[in-house]
Amino acid sequence: MMDGSRRSFLKIGGLSVLGLSGVRVWNVFAATQEAGHEAAAEAAGALQWAMVIDMKKCWDYQEKQPCTDCMTACHGIHNVPEIADPKREIKWLWTDLYQHAFPTEGHEYPPAEAKGKPFLLLCNHCSNPPCVRVCPTQATFKRPEDGVVMMDFHRCIGCRYCMAGCPYGSRSFNWQDPRPFIKELNMQFPTRTKGVVEKCNFCAERLAKNLYPACVEVCKAKALTFGNLGDPTSPVRELLKQHYTIRRKNELGTGPNVYYIV
Amino acid sequence: MKIYDANKIIPGLLILVGLFTFPFLYNIGGAAPAPKPELPKEQKTCVQSLAFMKAGHMQLLNDWRDQVVRQANRVYVGLDGKEFNPSLQNTCMECHTSKVKFCDQCHNYAGVTPYCWDCHIAPKENQ
Amino acid sequence: MLEKALEGSKSYWRLLVTLLVLAGIGFGCYLLQLNQGLRITGMSRDVSWGFYIAQFTFLVGVAASAVMVVLPYYLHHVKVFGKITILGEFLAVASVTMCLLFIVVDLGKPMRLLNVLLYPTPNSVLFWDMVVLNGYLFLNIVIGWTVLGAERKGVAAPAWVKPLIYLSIPWAVSIHTVTAFLYAGLPGRHFWLTAILAPRFLASAFAAGPSLLILLAYFVRKRSKFDPGDEAFEKLSQVVAYAMCVNVFFVLLELFTSFYSGIPSHMEGFIYQFSGLEGHGKLMPFMWLSAILSVIAVLMLLSKKKRSQEKTLKIACVLVFIALWLEKGLGLVITGFIPNPFNTVTEYWPTFPELGITIGVYATGFLVLTVLYKVAIAVKEENL
Ligand code: HEC
Ligand code: HEC
Ligand code: HEC
Repeated sequence: MMDGSRRSFLKIGGLSVLGLSGVRVWNVFAATQEAGHEAAAEAAGALQWAMVIDMKKCWDYQEKQPCTDCMTACHGIHNVPEIADPKREIKWLWTDLYQHAFPTEGHEYPPAEAKGKPFLLLCNHCSNPPCVRVCPTQATFKRPEDGVVMMDFHRCIGCRYCMAGCPYGSRSFNWQDPRPFIKELNMQFPTRTKGVVEKCNFCAERLAKNLYPACVEVCKAKALTFGNLGDPTSPVRELLKQHYTIRRKNELGTGPNVYYIV
Repeated sequence: MKIYDANKIIPGLLILVGLFTFPFLYNIGGAAPAPKPELPKEQKTCVQSLAFMKAGHMQLLNDWRDQVVRQANRVYVGLDGKEFNPSLQNTCMECHTSKVKFCDQCHNYAGVTPYCWDCHIAPKENQ
Repeated sequence: MLEKALEGSKSYWRLLVTLLVLAGIGFGCYLLQLNQGLRITGMSRDVSWGFYIAQFTFLVGVAASAVMVVLPYYLHHVKVFGKITILGEFLAVASVTMCLLFIVVDLGKPMRLLNVLLYPTPNSVLFWDMVVLNGYLFLNIVIGWTVLGAERKGVAAPAWVKPLIYLSIPWAVSIHTVTAFLYAGLPGRHFWLTAILAPRFLASAFAAGPSLLILLAYFVRKRSKFDPGDEAFEKLSQVVAYAMCVNVFFVLLELFTSFYSGIPSHMEGFIYQFSGLEGHGKLMPFMWLSAILSVIAVLMLLSKKKRSQEKTLKIACVLVFIALWLEKGLGLVITGFIPNPFNTVTEYWPTFPELGITIGVYATGFLVLTVLYKVAIAVKEENL
């Protein structure tokens, strides 16, 4: 899977398509990517990565065959441990029911098609993130370059204030050493260690190589769309224009950057 | 001047001195040989000059860490303008393919245990 | 002056050794936690703060013992408090010491604690809480020690402590306010998201701190020749009575807003506490006990005649202390995480090692308290 993805390079900011291969590509990437960012920012104001999730496409696909590709890919490349105990679980990308994902939206009579169906959940990379506001060491911060809410695992003191701050349950704490729970290590990415908090990083390490996040890339149903919210011509803006979308707990003012087509 | 209770004080002092210098004395006998880190065979140069690396690789790693994680910058311009991906696992350990035969050689000698390997995955050792 | 702590009766030493042993057991449990990670606690992904942070929150309140004697004495010239300001200040020192220890034992990476100072972050309330708590600890140690030292020599306290004493009064307000802000500013944690949380913290602090101070002062009177004087007890009991009434009133205000508005997220925390939510109700008996004890304590304290009897006052203070411990040291923090962001309930219960560490921290705090009180009382007895 990773071999395939390494070879599929996607355009960022709708500006450039690059086809490169082999080991040497790294430098080229880095250079182009920088140019890409600058141009995108100029053309469209600030760069803010965002995601639009069309759950119906996912469910339709699942009618034919069960699929967990996005979660497997995400947790696989990021060395996310698989811990069975729900109290100790680490989750970057996962699913939950509609009434749990949108507790303030639901009512007793949901449409038949959404009832009992899973919704895909991840860090919302909020525009106004409470986790960033509360962190006492700036171990979690919003990257000014592209709006990704990042974690600096080297600085986290494990106070878990961010977990109290996050209204989406997107943050997991390492209650124990995660390594024994990782089936297959991805040698290209670090693990974490006991005592730090972690969460989805919008695949910052792949964005740096002009690649889409792994979940977006592997989704066979094409249910996930990723792009720059600041660019009116980006695919995410296109979808937001065409569909009625909702965000989780919109009323809290956190400005989530993950949208759901309903 | 006479020291009262000299018969107790002097052996006491000796024991104290012994205790404090034990770590040093202990190392004299079994003094570890100077470290011989195994250098890469195919490569000629490191990301910076040899002298720079010897003295400053810990600072360099800290800078890399901050530029990648905090400044979203994954290009490092090293010796002779050569560009590198500033990554511990994917760059340092690509050339220095053994942690045991390279990093650990010096670190054991210097008595430092960088905690980086709690998270960063060391290359699989051959034996 | 510290040498005064080195001579004492058999029971003094017995107390010290007992506290040391308990602190040692706690330390042993802490080593286990360092080795295994926080999985040895009952905390979880959903209830990510537990007993440690709850004790911290409660003990910030107990530290109010100082300001509630210092403020009347220095600002309103309530002379009867002159003798016991030192007891209030030293109790505050011990409480804040425990607060800081509870924060440390709660950290996943305690060795990185200094990062809070290396990367100061003004937008984080936790950063400010560290600042105000350490400041308050410093103020009370310096003030208490200097004033006591002067008293021992029979001279007036040096002039430079006066400004520090006045500073310590608003500073005391800040520790409760900032600690309440830790909770009251989080979107999505509706049980905490209320402007009255800071006033509630102040009210419960002004009841919990002085009630423990009354009990300790009675103990001191019984065990030493130092007598704080009946009037001091009377005045302190007045403080506890008013503060406890206000505290109960504030809780009722919360209940009104939540239940009259009928907004589920505002009600759910209280429903969980008092009748259980989605079949989960581990805290129910404790919260009811807290409510009942509060009411009994208020009834006992309201009558001046009753509260001026030593025995009644002691019982009332014990009730106030337990009621507020249940409210802040158990209920408040845990309930904030219930229901979780997915509107489901994961309950929390502390584990044995977690309780061991908690007891260890309390023992350390009381060790500090015992030594400080021993010094203070020795000085007081000398000057009789
Ligand atoms: C391109 C391959 C390459 C990369 C990448 C690389 N090194 Fe080196 N490194 C070398 C070579 C070759 C030497 C020997 C240089 C010489 O003899 O001039 C060396 C020498 C060193 C030395 C000095 C060893 C001694 O004998 O004193 C240290 C320390 C070192 N590297 C650490 C690192 C660290 C840390 C990184 C990552 C930041 C790194 N290297 C990345 C190839 C590499
Ligand atoms: C030439 C010997 C040598 C080699 C080879 C070497 N180191 Fe070091 N390293 C040292 C010494 C000596 C120190 C301690 C410096 C000090 O304390 O000031 C150190 C310290 C460090 C530190 C900081 C640790 C701390 O606790 O402060 C890190 C990180 C580090 N080395 C990483 C590496 C890595 C990764 C490699 C292998 C790629 C490596 N080093 C190879 C000699 C070496
Ligand atoms: C708590 C786990 C943890 C520890 C401990 C840790 N790191 Fe990291 N480190 C990470 C993670 C996760 C990343 C992010 C990787 C990415 O985004 O590509 C990272 C990134 C880095 C990077 C840049 C990207 C890369 O692939 O290497 C460097 C350099 C780095 N760390 C160096 C260090 C050094 C040196 C130490 C020890 C002094 C250390 N780290 C300790 C987890 C850790």
